[in-house]
Amino acid sequence: MTERIGVYVCHCGTNIAGVVDVADVSKWAGKHLAGQGVVVSRDYKFMCSSLGQELIQKDIKELGLTRVVVAACSPHLHEKTFRNACAGAGLNPYLCELVSIREQDSWVHTDKVAATDKAKAIIAGGVARVVHNAELEPLRVPIHPDTLIVGGGIAGIQAALEIADAGFHVYLVEREPSIGGHMAQFDKTFPTLDCSACILTPKMVDVGNHPNITLLTWSEVEKVDGYVGSFTATIRKKARYVNTDSCTGCGICWEKCPWKVVDNVFEAGLGKRKAIYTPFPQAVPKYPVIDFDNCAYFKNGKCKACQIYCPTEPNSIDFNQKDEILEIQVGNIILATGYQLFDATRIPQYGYKRLANVFTSLEFERLCNASGPTEGKIVLRDKKTTPKTVVIVHCVGSRDENYNKYCSSICCMQSLKFAHLVMERTGAEVYNCYIDIRTPSKDYEEFYKRVLEEGGHFIRGKVAEITDVARVPSEEGKLVVQVEDTLIGKQRRIPADMVILSAGLEPHDDAKEVGKLFGIACGASGWYTERHPKLDPVATMTDGIYIAGCVQGPKDIPASVAQGAAASARVMGKIQQKEVALEPVRASINENQCSGCRICNNLCPFNAISFHEDKMVSEVNPALCQGCGTCVAGCPAGAISGTGFSNEQILSQIEGLLLINMPQSVVA
Amino acid sequence: MSNEKFEPVIIGFTCNWCSYRAADMAGTARMKYAPNVRLIRLMCSGRLDPTFVMKAFANGADGVLITGCHPGDCHYVEQNYKALRRFLLLRRVLTQMGIEAGRLKLFWASAAEGAIFAAEINKFVEEVRALGPLTWPTEFQPIASIPIMQEVTA
Repeated sequence: MTERIGVYVCHCGTNIAGVVDVADVSKWAGKHLAGQGVVVSRDYKFMCSSLGQELIQKDIKELGLTRVVVAACSPHLHEKTFRNACAGAGLNPYLCELVSIREQDSWVHTDKVAATDKAKAIIAGGVARVVHNAELEPLRVPIHPDTLIVGGGIAGIQAALEIADAGFHVYLVEREPSIGGHMAQFDKTFPTLDCSACILTPKMVDVGNHPNITLLTWSEVEKVDGYVGSFTATIRKKARYVNTDSCTGCGICWEKCPWKVVDNVFEAGLGKRKAIYTPFPQAVPKYPVIDFDNCAYFKNGKCKACQIYCPTEPNSIDFNQKDEILEIQVGNIILATGYQLFDATRIPQYGYKRLANVFTSLEFERLCNASGPTEGKIVLRDKKTTPKTVVIVHCVGSRDENYNKYCSSICCMQSLKFAHLVMERTGAEVYNCYIDIRTPSKDYEEFYKRVLEEGGHFIRGKVAEITDVARVPSEEGKLVVQVEDTLIGKQRRIPADMVILSAGLEPHDDAKEVGKLFGIACGASGWYTERHPKLDPVATMTDGIYIAGCVQGPKDIPASVAQGAAASARVMGKIQQKEVALEPVRASINENQCSGCRICNNLCPFNAISFHEDKMVSEVNPALCQGCGTCVAGCPAGAISGTGFSNEQILSQIEGLLLINMPQSVVA
Repeated sequence: MSNEKFEPVIIGFTCNWCSYRAADMAGTARMKYAPNVRLIRLMCSGRLDPTFVMKAFANGADGVLITGCHPGDCHYVEQNYKALRRFLLLRRVLTQMGIEAGRLKLFWASAAEGAIFAAEINKFVEEVRALGPLTWPTEFQPIASIPIMQEVTA
């Protein structure tokens, strides 16, 4: 039977039509590809609009089309749209082929003649290929109702609670001993100046007590297998050396532990903790962890103070505890692993770690936190002097060609918050050195106004240097901030007692490896790439894996909470569907052609191909097959075919693509 | 026809997960590159049957490009290594057939590497341009002088 093919060329406004002569392409396809079965060829302003889709549907019904080729954007964007449109008109969706003349043609070429010819070639390839497309049905696989959430910061907590409250089970994995994330370290939150702990800790307690949440702290995901609906995650539960079944979290062990260690994680190096510890008093779970590297017993076999004083029966301290490996089954995964602070020592001229009273934003958060190392007193590194002048440097490591080009988005508001707190608690003069003040969310601009009215000074200019070398007597013994005030066009030297570096947010050092583990990609800045920057900000290109919070890009607490909730809604939607349709791209072996050589058996990384000893042929298990097609290409007998990407489809597409040559420049 | 005016036609194979997305990324970022390459999307570079490359050359392509995820990044664990093996073997076979090995190229591009994708394409187009058109004999001449082996029977 000869196919009746319809070709639809999209203008995409001027995105395609601006470079490719769409009318010419459409006319050419109708005329020159008629021999291949093209019965109608049209161009339209927006093929993906409902009118464009109706155009295709009308043709399918009225002209009896058996195949459809749409030349528009990337199949990763609108393949589903056009397949659904075809399905709506009664055509099997897999008989529709979307070829990209936007991402791969009009957007990347400027030569209009060459781009138009390339569009023709691409369409000819699509037409030649679509002839061999087969009617397929998507594979339906059940969705496991449990969800894995990685990262117990505010985004992960929000997502976990939403899903658990809806009645589904959640595994929340956190690599630190307690959930809470960065938000637990903060004192106040902008712009309302709510106490961070007061709004966060109740949520943490809810997570700890929730019957639907299995909380796995001090744990890391090591391996993820499977696909949407049925992932298997391998999780390493690191040894706490504390038996959580009997421990009551009474705190006697860390009171009695004689070993003090500088806390570089939670206290940002400003405070100390014991060798057995919980990061902070409201930690969830309440069980402590023994710091293996700093515990005297693990170093020299002596001490055991914690074990001696532990009042529980049986004793909760277990020095022989080993890491535990758990394997869990989940249907969906949310990654909410957050960010790390930009390392301010990378900018040597700002003197962090060299000049005592240069602090990072996280250090300052701990300084002004009532439960922090100074009990909320804003003092210099000597822990007693109150500063009289404080300079806050914005955009440290952000919006900087040398470090990170992006805006870290939270630092302006955070700096304004610091300015307010310093003025309120110490009465000191505060200078903000900024590039631009960015306060785009609800009530943020009002907060900026408030800090201005409170008497904060604002200098528009990027700080050049922070030094302790005085030029005039009034600078003696002070830090001097050298900055160009670009609004008055003058260099200024501001003597200060304290400088706060508003350091930017960065992806974790291991973000790339973690992304690889879950099969998702990082963008150029290292943040995970969402499926669509506007319309699908929490899904990723890998089905069943969602992202929330700062892993997707720098954002503040309200945005992280919103994303956590959004990701959970997506997951719950998936769970409610009970099954998911997978692309029917699978390999299958023709028994009659298989010689039983078993070459394909070893080519498959998923062990989806097994050998039938009795029939002496190999067989593909469609549930395990992921559709890569390596066995199809490797079979010496040509006995394996791959649906959706068959040899006929690809060989014909090659023929079609080469139907017309490049326009050769005229030889002068 | 002088070589600097020559516009080669190149068939490029991409994998669905990395290099096709790199091409998409080059598109969304409006990076400009030479219009000589026409892409085919496969699920994985491991799907690349050597026949596809031969078919492309036979049908008039002047160059063939194979792209995939970086080693270690393959969506299907390790299938890009199999593409690499086939690529190396194909280059030898092509050389034996009298086709310059430089007409077949392989590079890796992650979904984030639109810029690399565009730059590599430009580079390859120049390389193939320098090699000139892949001209097949228009008419194969039967060689009369080869003596036909006679079957000897006792």
